[in-house]
Amino acid sequence: MPQRLDYLIETASQTAGPYVHIGLAPGAAGFSIFGQELGQTIAAPEVPGERIRVEGLVLDGTGAPVRDALLEVWQADAAGIYPHPEDPRHAEVHPGFRGWGRIITDFDTGLWSFETVRPGPVPGRPGAVQAPHISVWLVARGINIGLNTRIYFPEDAALHAADPVLSMIEQRHRAATLVAARTGPGAYRFDIRLQGDGETVFLDI
Amino acid sequence: MKPAAYFQRNRDIHPPALARGYKSSIPRSPRQALLSIDQTISEITGPAFGHGDIGPLDHDLIRNFATTGDPVGSRIIVHGHVRDENGRPVPGTLVEVWQANASGRYRHRKDTYFGALDPNFGGCGRTITDENGYYVFRTVKPGPYPWRNHVNSWRPAHIHLSVFGRAFCQRLITQMYFEGDPLIPLCPIVRTIPDPAAIDRLIAPLDLNASIPLDSLAYRFDIVLRGRRSTLFENRLEGN
Ligand SMILES: [Fe+3]
Repeated sequence: MPQRLDYLIETASQTAGPYVHIGLAPGAAGFSIFGQELGQTIAAPEVPGERIRVEGLVLDGTGAPVRDALLEVWQADAAGIYPHPEDPRHAEVHPGFRGWGRIITDFDTGLWSFETVRPGPVPGRPGAVQAPHISVWLVARGINIGLNTRIYFPEDAALHAADPVLSMIEQRHRAATLVAARTGPGAYRFDIRLQGDGETVFLDI
Repeated sequence: MKPAAYFQRNRDIHPPALARGYKSSIPRSPRQALLSIDQTISEITGPAFGHGDIGPLDHDLIRNFATTGDPVGSRIIVHGHVRDENGRPVPGTLVEVWQANASGRYRHRKDTYFGALDPNFGGCGRTITDENGYYVFRTVKPGPYPWRNHVNSWRPAHIHLSVFGRAFCQRLITQMYFEGDPLIPLCPIVRTIPDPAAIDRLIAPLDLNASIPLDSLAYRFDIVLRGRRSTLFENRLEGN
């Protein structure tokens, strides 16, 4: 027997289940308990940048909206800076910019939405640029391990060809599943299809 | 900046998206392969939380919702360390939990099980790991509950846990089970995990040394998040 590697092994994922709200958004479960719920403000009103609103549905393989999902989003600010110590410019981020939000789908319609500032382009590989995007993590009953994807914006089409994620999608038509549709000034629609026709590209990050 | 990547997630120890025994996964599982991407700054950064985000009682499920007395049920402590796959502690990370009460009933508008609600039990808590990656909650032991997967399917007693780590790619939600529960091997959600050893790591043993005499039993639940390379490893671009 060779020597054993002494790495620990990641804890296995389990579904968030139908009652994820109790832990992560108790107000939606129907009660008030904490002084503040987390993830409600991605970018405070005074944060510089173009205000945008993104809404959409999560659709299952039968085309029905998923009405018990929870999404988390993570993004850079309008200058393309993450509020995290490993972003070399993080000290420049406005204190009202959290970059992270937690969003639930409506129990009746399945619609979700969030408001934020439009992110700027962020660095990719040395010398390369990633098109502006918002990272998404999605959990729900029936989802055994959180699904990752990204929201891109149609105005940035010129940057999409060189984007390290979009350019890696072998079936070219599927790249469109990661680009939101503009529905008005500062308003976007981004439906996530879990399965079947138009299945969203999910990422192993 | 020369950011180092996190270890690739070993999907063999995680449940696959489609696990037919867990019926809800059938219409909600992607059928196409995940697109593996090289991590960028978007994946190796993530939200940070501080003590300003939470309250001093948030980790105490016996007290954080009670108004007329303590909740009903076996008083327990759930504690452990959050580490990464290198064995390094993950300090300062947010851990959130939620669970049913001692009757197996959730405080949720969509839970219709007739197990009694407990007016003194909310069923959620949160804390931030200390400098050693240690966390502790105080709660009551949740009851098992029935659910509509097949007729007569019951969830083993469990606590749901959500952990952040330092990077968006470390985000994890899991469930912890209790040593000795005969419902564990019968549960379709437990059985979504293909690796028996990975299931065992979700079962918290009784930790009598950490119990409080004449007050509370303790269960120990250690959590492991993805590890990280110590040095930059620059993949060669395809075609170069
Ligand atoms: Fe549960």
